[in-house]
Amino acid sequence: MPAGFVTLDDAIATHVHDGDEVALEGFTHLIPFAAAHEIIRQGRRDLTLVRMTPDIVYDQMIGAGCASKLVFSWGGNPGVGSLHRMRDAVQNGWPQPLEMEEYSHAAMAMRWQAGASGLPFATLRGSAGTSLEHHNDNIRTVTCPFTGEQLTAVPALNPDVGIIHAQQSDRDGNVMMWGITGVQKECVLASTRSIVTVEEVVESFTPRSNGVVLPSWCIDSVAVVPGGSHPSYAHDYSDRDNAFYSAWDPIARERDSFNEWMEAHVMA
Amino acid sequence: MTQLVEPVVEYTSDEMMTVQAARALANGTVCFVGIGLPSTAANLARRLHAPECVLVYESGCIGAKPEVLPKSIGDGVLAEHADVLVSVPEMFAYWLQGGRIDVGFLGAAQIDRFANLNTTVIGDYDNPTVRLPGAGGAPEIAANCGEVIITLRHGTKAFVERLDFVSSVGHGEGGDHRSRLGLRGRGPTAVITDLGVLRPDTVTNELTLVSVHPDVGVDQVRDATGWALRVADDVEVTAPPTPVELDVLRRLQSA
Repeated sequence: MPAGFVTLDDAIATHVHDGDEVALEGFTHLIPFAAAHEIIRQGRRDLTLVRMTPDIVYDQMIGAGCASKLVFSWGGNPGVGSLHRMRDAVQNGWPQPLEMEEYSHAAMAMRWQAGASGLPFATLRGSAGTSLEHHNDNIRTVTCPFTGEQLTAVPALNPDVGIIHAQQSDRDGNVMMWGITGVQKECVLASTRSIVTVEEVVESFTPRSNGVVLPSWCIDSVAVVPGGSHPSYAHDYSDRDNAFYSAWDPIARERDSFNEWMEAHVMA
Repeated sequence: MTQLVEPVVEYTSDEMMTVQAARALANGTVCFVGIGLPSTAANLARRLHAPECVLVYESGCIGAKPEVLPKSIGDGVLAEHADVLVSVPEMFAYWLQGGRIDVGFLGAAQIDRFANLNTTVIGDYDNPTVRLPGAGGAPEIAANCGEVIITLRHGTKAFVERLDFVSSVGHGEGGDHRSRLGLRGRGPTAVITDLGVLRPDTVTNELTLVSVHPDVGVDQVRDATGWALRVADDVEVTAPPTPVELDVLRRLQSA
């Protein structure tokens, strides 16, 4: 491993502490599952988990007891159905109660952008008339000082730790990702500390039409974890494991089958 | 009521719904596509009468041309042949909020008479009967697209008198409520179900049954609606799926 790189367990041990606000981002693509599993193995507790689309990755972390709060905009198993562990935590407090703070995608995306921009809040049009603002005190209104228009205001997102998975790093620890890149750049820039797992280390990057490069000096730790986004995918490296997303539904449905699966596949 | 006589081809009510939803998308439209039924219909339209439709997915794919139906909103098949891939903040800020999308194509768990949608929770928010995934991209899609087309299956659990949670605003409390809320797009213009098609009244914006699918009676639609349904004076009968429409749909779904 090149100098400056760390192992994933070192990265998690160094940067993720009990009670932290932690974001693992990746919009269907490049979801940092390996990092989530390491957080579970290290037994982190009382985390505020932030993610636009908490899918299986947060179902696992919530079911494993890592989280006391969830900040999100869409929570489900895409194309399959519900997140049973998330539902059990919300409805039955198992394995512990889960507080929810809920936004729309646009609001979360703008929160990330404001966080990365060093602004205290973001404005957007759109949430007027929905029930979201009745259940989330952080969705407020602001008057435009130029036009007088009433706009929605939401606070900037600046988690303690932001974690993403990318395709490549070069030997200097610069990171490149491509394909659907979601809010991952904003996640790294907005977070106080950041961890990036990558598929591989290359001598130099190939320019790509929608490639996103994050310079090494804006990332705290890079760890090489091939396949670290499975069962999601890494464009040009792996395909989404759709069969696993379907298989997760019966695994997560019952506490016992969930615990057995986690013991066998994450804790072991 | 008149009905066109077509060769007898067996089809399901879901297939009728999907074909009718696809027909609603004109060629050349820039369409923001929700996953599930809307995505199937939009991809069917692109393979039939609307090859120049620009399909936009919230994961950042503009001009997606998936060879198979995506399982999720950010599948690799959406990115593979897209005209351009953008970040999610750019998608919502520049393209959606910027007013560059003609049609938003949405599904929902529940709808009310003014085409407001619930995808968040059934029952009490803090102690729900059913916790649904949540709003996702829908509130701003419903707010900012030029118009919104909704597709979902008819039934009294879906077509309800009162939503437990308004995830996305259609026509609000009716009339001009939508524009008073400052929402820029026209809002829902059609709701396409497995039984028929509803459109908002030109004044009150209350959903009105304007057509029933073949072999569906108006009373059947009334019974499947959880409020006293308004019915147009002259209810049309939807043209059944053509053999070509069915063939393309079935190949799309089996790929």
